[in-house]
Amino acid sequence: MQGRKWATGLAAALAALAGGGAALAAGSEIVIGDIDDLSGTYADAQGVGGIEAIKMAIADFGGTVLGKKIVLLTADHQNKPDVGASKFREWSDQSGLNMLIGGSNTGVNIAMAKVAAAKKVPLFVIGAGGASLTNEDCTAYTVHYVYDTTSLANGTASTIVKSGGKTWFYLTADYAFGSQLQNAASKVVEANGGKNLGSVRAPLASMDFSSFLLQAQGSGAAVLGLANAGADFSNSLKAANEFGITKTMKPAALLAFISDIHRLGLQTAQGLYLTTGWYWDLNDDTRAFAKRYFAKMQVEPTMDHAGAYSATLSYLTAVKAVGSADSDKVMAELKKMKINDMFAKGGYVRADGVMVHTMYVMQVKSPQESKYPWDYYKVVKQMAGEEAFGPITGACVLAPK
Amino acid sequence: MFGVPTTVILGQLMLGLVNGAFYALVSLGLAVIFGLMGVVNFAHGAFYTLGAFAALLGLQWFGVNYWGALVLAPLAVGILGVVSERLFLRHVYKLDPLYGLLLTFGLSLIVEGSLRELFGSSGRSYPVPDALQGAINMGFMILPIYRAWVILASLVICGGTWFLIERTRLGSTLRAATENAQLLQAFGVNVPLLFAATYGGGVALAALAGVLAAPVIVVSPLMGNSLVTVVFAVVVIGGMGSILGSVVSGLTLGVVEGFTKVIYPEASNIVVFVIMALVLILRPAGLFGKE
Repeated sequence: MQGRKWATGLAAALAALAGGGAALAAGSEIVIGDIDDLSGTYADAQGVGGIEAIKMAIADFGGTVLGKKIVLLTADHQNKPDVGASKFREWSDQSGLNMLIGGSNTGVNIAMAKVAAAKKVPLFVIGAGGASLTNEDCTAYTVHYVYDTTSLANGTASTIVKSGGKTWFYLTADYAFGSQLQNAASKVVEANGGKNLGSVRAPLASMDFSSFLLQAQGSGAAVLGLANAGADFSNSLKAANEFGITKTMKPAALLAFISDIHRLGLQTAQGLYLTTGWYWDLNDDTRAFAKRYFAKMQVEPTMDHAGAYSATLSYLTAVKAVGSADSDKVMAELKKMKINDMFAKGGYVRADGVMVHTMYVMQVKSPQESKYPWDYYKVVKQMAGEEAFGPITGACVLAPK
Repeated sequence: MFGVPTTVILGQLMLGLVNGAFYALVSLGLAVIFGLMGVVNFAHGAFYTLGAFAALLGLQWFGVNYWGALVLAPLAVGILGVVSERLFLRHVYKLDPLYGLLLTFGLSLIVEGSLRELFGSSGRSYPVPDALQGAINMGFMILPIYRAWVILASLVICGGTWFLIERTRLGSTLRAATENAQLLQAFGVNVPLLFAATYGGGVALAALAGVLAAPVIVVSPLMGNSLVTVVFAVVVIGGMGSILGSVVSGLTLGVVEGFTKVIYPEASNIVVFVIMALVLILRPAGLFGKE
């Protein structure tokens, strides 16, 4: 009898210890992390501005949730998957991380999604576009919030094919994001009766794109699909103008941020079609956010900045609603609730992790059409979330067709 | 050739020469600094970036046009080079070359970080000057006039630098300083001044390349970063410190890289390093280096 009592006592003590450990991990703070490209080619799409947007969201929420202070950790992943994943793991193990905002770069976010699944920490992907994050690489803790390669292709590629650009050649960034974007666009082009004539894969951060562009021109295609981003996108469009390629081919930006258009200038970028999840000048709500953001950063926010703000608010709202920062409870709430703020109206998180919301096909204004600073886009088409993000593909194990 | 039509080959040859001209120009300054001072100047890419930024800011803030920038930007950056040589670099001449490398690497990080802090990472566009707008139809390709100008300008500058160092009295004094600085000083030559001027001149060449590049690529704090590694490979292949070697291998590698972009595009940013590895195995001193 005595021995049994001992055993029960020991078990109780162990349980108390384990419980104590969990309480320690939950901590007296809600810890939000942000791992992004803070210094490289994608740093202006989200980067430091993304951190500012997250801070704005935390402040707007009141700085606390469930009586706990909200703290923000930030790190630069330098576009290296191992750096992003190990930082995420470190924060989960040592800093009691509750949620991570994943910045640009699909490759890094695929690596971080694996950590999210292992550590059961929600990951809100903002700046990365690869649709594999909610297909083959999906996890129960991933939310893909702003845009993905599918919605970009459904917007830009279908608009251009329908307006007569039937034959396509792609200039593709040679990594996960570029090939996913090209594949998505190719499918949309074919589905709408167009033809894909070929592609050339340019290494990331190539010095000069003119060789690749001459190959594109040699294909005789009507449309030049730019399946790249950031400085690569700007440099290739600049060279296409310089070499007179835009006279025979219509360039299509499969991903462009307003920061890219700002750097290129309207003279070079005018007439370009692109798809975006958000634009600062859509309505009074977006303009109000943009005004506050501009006061801090002296540039208008990109869709990623608005998305980082909205994602932070959505997470905190879900935590408040369930009265707990328990990841499974929060994820269940996130997949139940509607997202209504200046970023999305009636947005919702699908079983595969896609945040379904309205996307916009835009055309870049000419210098004459632009009436005030940053007046860059006109809305060509407003796409309902279901049309933009398409049906559930079945490639994600959590979301059968 | 590999089933590629002649027009494409001619086009790629031309583009290869344009890129090669940049490589030649940037590696030239690097070769001058190494050849005459024995310093592995890792800050070269940062000075190239500074040249482009000087042109951009000169235009935005003071209305200095492209032609003015071609003179003023290298001058300003060259002075900055002289200052950093006097303040920092001269203290490490007597030490192992590794210290110079680390010092200049640190300098480049500071320059890049500051530019990023001030201007963000996405950079700005610099307009092509009016006189060089437009393109020539060469039959096999459309060659923008600006790119033709880049080839011409860089060949003239490379030729001039070679002449200055190999064929003039100033050049022979400079070369003598590398052989035996103490003896030269005993002859009454101000050697420290000579070294400062050499470093200033070398980085001014980098800045000049930056101004030439500004209208064709986005001017961003990261622009030198991607270039400098390639250019180091060019200098190693040409033979560390050989001026002729850096110019010839710069142009050749530009062309080789251009053809790689047609035959196997994915390898285009590593082909230079593959060649570097081969050269190091077969001829460690480089193609034009002295054994």
